[in-house]
Amino acid sequence: MRLIMKTTLPESRAPRSLDVEEVELSLLMEGIFQLHGFDFRDYSYPSLKRRVMKRVYGENLTSISALQEKVFRDPACMERLLLDLSVNVTAMFRDPTFYAAFRAQVVPLLRTYPFVRVWHAGCSTGEEVYSIAILLQEEGLYDRCRIYATDMNEPVLDKARKGIIPLASMKENTANYLAGGGAASFSDYYTANYDSAIFHPSLTRNVVFAQHNLAIDGSFNLFNVIFCRNVMIYFNQQLQERVLGLFHESLGTFGILGLGKKESLKYTSFASSYEELNEVERIYRRIR
Amino acid sequence: MIVIGTSLGGLQALQQILRDLPAGFTTPIAAVQHRHRSSQSILAQHLQRSAKVRVRDAENGMPIEKGTLYLAPADYHLMVDDGRFLLSTEDLVRYSRPSIDVLFESAADAYRENLLGIVLTGANDDGSRGAKAIKRRGGTLIVQDPDEAESPVMPLAAIAAAPVDMVMKLAEIGPYLTGCCHLESSEKHG
Repeated sequence: MRLIMKTTLPESRAPRSLDVEEVELSLLMEGIFQLHGFDFRDYSYPSLKRRVMKRVYGENLTSISALQEKVFRDPACMERLLLDLSVNVTAMFRDPTFYAAFRAQVVPLLRTYPFVRVWHAGCSTGEEVYSIAILLQEEGLYDRCRIYATDMNEPVLDKARKGIIPLASMKENTANYLAGGGAASFSDYYTANYDSAIFHPSLTRNVVFAQHNLAIDGSFNLFNVIFCRNVMIYFNQQLQERVLGLFHESLGTFGILGLGKKESLKYTSFASSYEELNEVERIYRRIR
Repeated sequence: MIVIGTSLGGLQALQQILRDLPAGFTTPIAAVQHRHRSSQSILAQHLQRSAKVRVRDAENGMPIEKGTLYLAPADYHLMVDDGRFLLSTEDLVRYSRPSIDVLFESAADAYRENLLGIVLTGANDDGSRGAKAIKRRGGTLIVQDPDEAESPVMPLAAIAAAPVDMVMKLAEIGPYLTGCCHLESSEKHG
């Protein structure tokens, strides 16, 4: 039972000295920032490492340093890494209960406004933008809404702009749509074409797609609603605080902030600036 | 820190271990139990009935506290860093989200030799890469005896992938953990 002696289990926080991979990763991120302006320096270490290692193996390499050499000289490799780093898995009406709650609790508030500005921060390939556009249209609010959908990655944003998603995902999307309180036939919103579904352009007539980097860029308007779902989970605490500061600055009083289902303001310095409109679905309202 | 990974048959296995942990058990535990992506958080409530430690679903940014077992929520990967939990919606890993490998690998990086990993019953090989990472980082690895596991695939895969420290019956794991924990506090006070 000597193993017991060896295994001391500390209560929670482990002191951590730097190791080679951590140094390699921070050098790579610093280099990418200096060369290309993409700032991943304040992303959280575990998921950043996981994504970078995926690219290391994908390029048939064995270390982050080897990847660095390739990425710095081969623009195609840089592009591949950038996609690995920035694409977040998403779905139409992800967490349908969120959308049902939005319909029930937020839509009535929005009806009292003559004009509604929505910011979808970190919209990735746009599935959730189209979801909210459909919801607002069904609630008869779309014509007085403008949705600003931003992401830092231009190729990803371009996908969102085109509104083309794999047909294979439509079964899940349709189920989510119905569970989220969808009132029509989901297939009315898109045209199937081979293995893709193309959303009707009318859904984006009030959507502005624009490049915006949450790590660097500032506030650009005053909004009634901000969505940022499952984006900040990839940021370290410092960057999360920065982004929450940006949202606070960009929301009017009683503005709505929608986060991912397992994200919370509780562990941040903005907890007292918001009230929980829906505790389970993480829909917050700015009160100060 | 203790991390546990399990899949098929894991609910009962976790219940048994939890029943054996005393109320004063302080070391935090993070567990991945494979579950359907639309399943709700009743798993935590269910396990709480067998447990004297607190059981809850992990949230993003949640500080890791003593005397608590945290579960990976459905449809998110669970990771640890710097005394907090992080969640991710990245791709499935080994057809799973949450994935045991993802939790184990991040915990191995964060806690190194201060980590104890446990692989329990399960019908696939998720967890075997994580087991390897734990050993590479100097942590301790326990695997449930495949002979008594409801599904031996996961324990066997871990045993094949990594130099396991101990193969234990379910009934031995709780008392062993309790021994580690008590030893730690007696060292501190003595």
